[in-house]
Amino acid sequence: MTDKVPSNNPLPNKERIKLPRQRVPEQDAQVRAHNFCEVNLGFPAEQARQESLRCIECPKPGCVDKCPVSVNVRAVIDLILAGDYLGAASKVREDNALPAITGRVCPVEDQCESGCVLGKKGEPVGIAYLERFVADWERETGQFGSPVSAPATGKKVGLIGSGPASLACAGDLIQMGHQVHVFEALHELGGVLVYGIPAFRLPKDIVRHEINVLRRRGVVFETNVVVGKTVTIDELMQEEGFDAIFVATGAGLPKFLKVPGEHFNGVYSANEFLTRVNLMRAYLFPQYDEPLYPCKDRDVIVVGGGNTAMDAVRSALRLGAKTASIYYRRTEKEMPARVEEVHHAKDEGVHFEMLVNPVEFFGDEKGNLTSVKCIRQELGEPDDSGRRSPVPIKGSEFVVPCSVAIIAAGTSANPLIQSTTPGLAVTKRGYISASDDTLATSKPGVFAGGDIVTGGATVILAMGAGRKAAKSINEYLMGAPKVNAQEQATSAVSGD
Amino acid sequence: MFEIVETRPLARGIKLFVIKAPRIARKQRPGQFVIVRLDECGERIPLTIADADPKAGTVTIVVQAIGKTTMLLSMLEAGDSILDVVGPLGRPSEIEKFGTTVVVSGSVGTAMAYPTARELKRAGNKVISIVGARSKDLLVLEDEVRAVSDETYVVTDDGSYGQKGLVTDKLKELVDAGGVNYVLAIGPVPMMRAVANLTGPKQIKTIVSLNSIMVDGTGMCGGCRVLVNNSSQFACVDGPDFDATQVNFEVLTQRNNMYREQERASIERLQADPEAELKKLRESNRAHACALEPVEVSHD
Repeated sequence: MTDKVPSNNPLPNKERIKLPRQRVPEQDAQVRAHNFCEVNLGFPAEQARQESLRCIECPKPGCVDKCPVSVNVRAVIDLILAGDYLGAASKVREDNALPAITGRVCPVEDQCESGCVLGKKGEPVGIAYLERFVADWERETGQFGSPVSAPATGKKVGLIGSGPASLACAGDLIQMGHQVHVFEALHELGGVLVYGIPAFRLPKDIVRHEINVLRRRGVVFETNVVVGKTVTIDELMQEEGFDAIFVATGAGLPKFLKVPGEHFNGVYSANEFLTRVNLMRAYLFPQYDEPLYPCKDRDVIVVGGGNTAMDAVRSALRLGAKTASIYYRRTEKEMPARVEEVHHAKDEGVHFEMLVNPVEFFGDEKGNLTSVKCIRQELGEPDDSGRRSPVPIKGSEFVVPCSVAIIAAGTSANPLIQSTTPGLAVTKRGYISASDDTLATSKPGVFAGGDIVTGGATVILAMGAGRKAAKSINEYLMGAPKVNAQEQATSAVSGD
Repeated sequence: MFEIVETRPLARGIKLFVIKAPRIARKQRPGQFVIVRLDECGERIPLTIADADPKAGTVTIVVQAIGKTTMLLSMLEAGDSILDVVGPLGRPSEIEKFGTTVVVSGSVGTAMAYPTARELKRAGNKVISIVGARSKDLLVLEDEVRAVSDETYVVTDDGSYGQKGLVTDKLKELVDAGGVNYVLAIGPVPMMRAVANLTGPKQIKTIVSLNSIMVDGTGMCGGCRVLVNNSSQFACVDGPDFDATQVNFEVLTQRNNMYREQERASIERLQADPEAELKKLRESNRAHACALEPVEVSHD
């Protein structure tokens, strides 16, 4: 990575750092607030070139260090400058099986772009936009920079779940010459990429395209299989001939607030609201059958401050909500959502109510939500996540009318696999216990990664786990001594 | 794609389907359900598994045409396909030797209660079945129930067949006579609530199978949550069977009415041109079956 490569950048460094960061074209905020089409329109080729010219080609690139899958950003940018977009796409794919997706949803301000040296004095290079540019160029021109697969090993690996961890793992395993079979519980492939992230942030045909690329490379997908119910891991290994299993089933069960009135019609978990809107296309009712409790011309509140909360509130806005508000118990500074999503939400007219927490929901005689009682809070001492924890202010309760309330307060582990797989150790919070180094679990041949190990995190972290698992599974299958069933599956770091 | 291998009308508006689903057939236990999605534009709805044949790789479901999806499903015949069938979901019914058991079912609920009644009998219980329906032409699986029950009573609201009255009239007689150890009730919510009100005060263990609205069926969305003993439970993973005396039936009814307006609109659209909807489903599923890669659908 640090060896000197001939550069395609004609400018001296002092010229490069003077160039302003390119602004990505976006759909107008007033227009997009009423449709589900993509917000960011992506760089045209000339803008991609202009942005690439800003890279000063650090000998030790911080952007690569900060990327969970270590994409060779410098080499990709140089290929863009050479006009070899297909080559740039293949270069990305060496480390990242889903570039069109990560280029849209990565929290870059905490990752690659936070490592960019230009960001210290000005604005970092728009790495995610460049990644997205090459992936989109590849797809739109119908080409594919496919890495070459190793000879067939005859080993068969089962991947449970078809979200980002699994897809990244599938990409690497198929390249290593293994047979890969992905099991998905829902009817559509992609996990959180299709049920969670809305089309205006990640169009579904892009997810479908990335999956079809994997399918063309030989990955087999089977939908409608709930592992733990339809078939168990032991059955897959003992009766269906799988040599190894990667469990990547995601975050699981929605957390509710456990306050009175959460049963009223109109109170949704963000998981359910987004699943109805995204996976089931309820925003296209009645063309699609799945109904959604009406948001149109009504007051909608979303409780939470993460990306899921932003996705929910912006969806509600697009469904015609009269008001769409974020109710968050800390301040904007502590919100875990991507900065770009918060900006977009504000531009579109989302209202932000900080330092508040619902304490009770009220409904009418039909059981329909009518209002919510909240309490104001102030920030106290930092909690175990390092963020200052909110403390309720006595006597500050207030009641606001609302017809729809969406709870985006995180998730907890779905016990389905754990409870049906003897010998699989879990953490005290119910997540699967896996080695930090190898993602091996306590059960021989079974590996686990993504949110089912860490708790709710991001797409790219899950992909990083998928890649790590692929490497360990390969070593396990090909007889490297390091990765046998480890004795002590270390406790996983839990996210928030 | 899941092929329908056999269909049989059982009563007015109630139809039995045998569906090829080998993985589900192998694993299902009485009390569990599947979630089906008819076609690309379909909603996901839960349906209790009425029977299965692991050797043939088939599961049987019995469907009453009451909503858009069940109406459209009821128009399908052997040779047609359902796009998605997933399961078996939910916890199986608890089967133990309780002693004297009463299985109370209403209308299409009889098809759901039947496999559990059969297992209760196999486990050595005395099984008394009370089969109810509004009228004779809505009664299903009477012969099958009789075959696995020690005693069977048929009750119709209008007296067109069997005893006239409500299932709870007969249940009250049995409970008052004493010796009932266990009651299972599956049917419309008012019926299950009436059973709970009858047996609860007598301290008889009573189980109901709840028909909440679901999406994924694996615990992911929480849409099926019901209030049981004043705490939120998910019917899909914690149920569908619950202790009847702990269930808040009022909240269940309210939540089941959550989408009533949209449901009505969907039914009207279907009824405007049922043949066109059927044709659309068949063409969409045929396209899926032929496609090597999932069919691209336009979402604009």
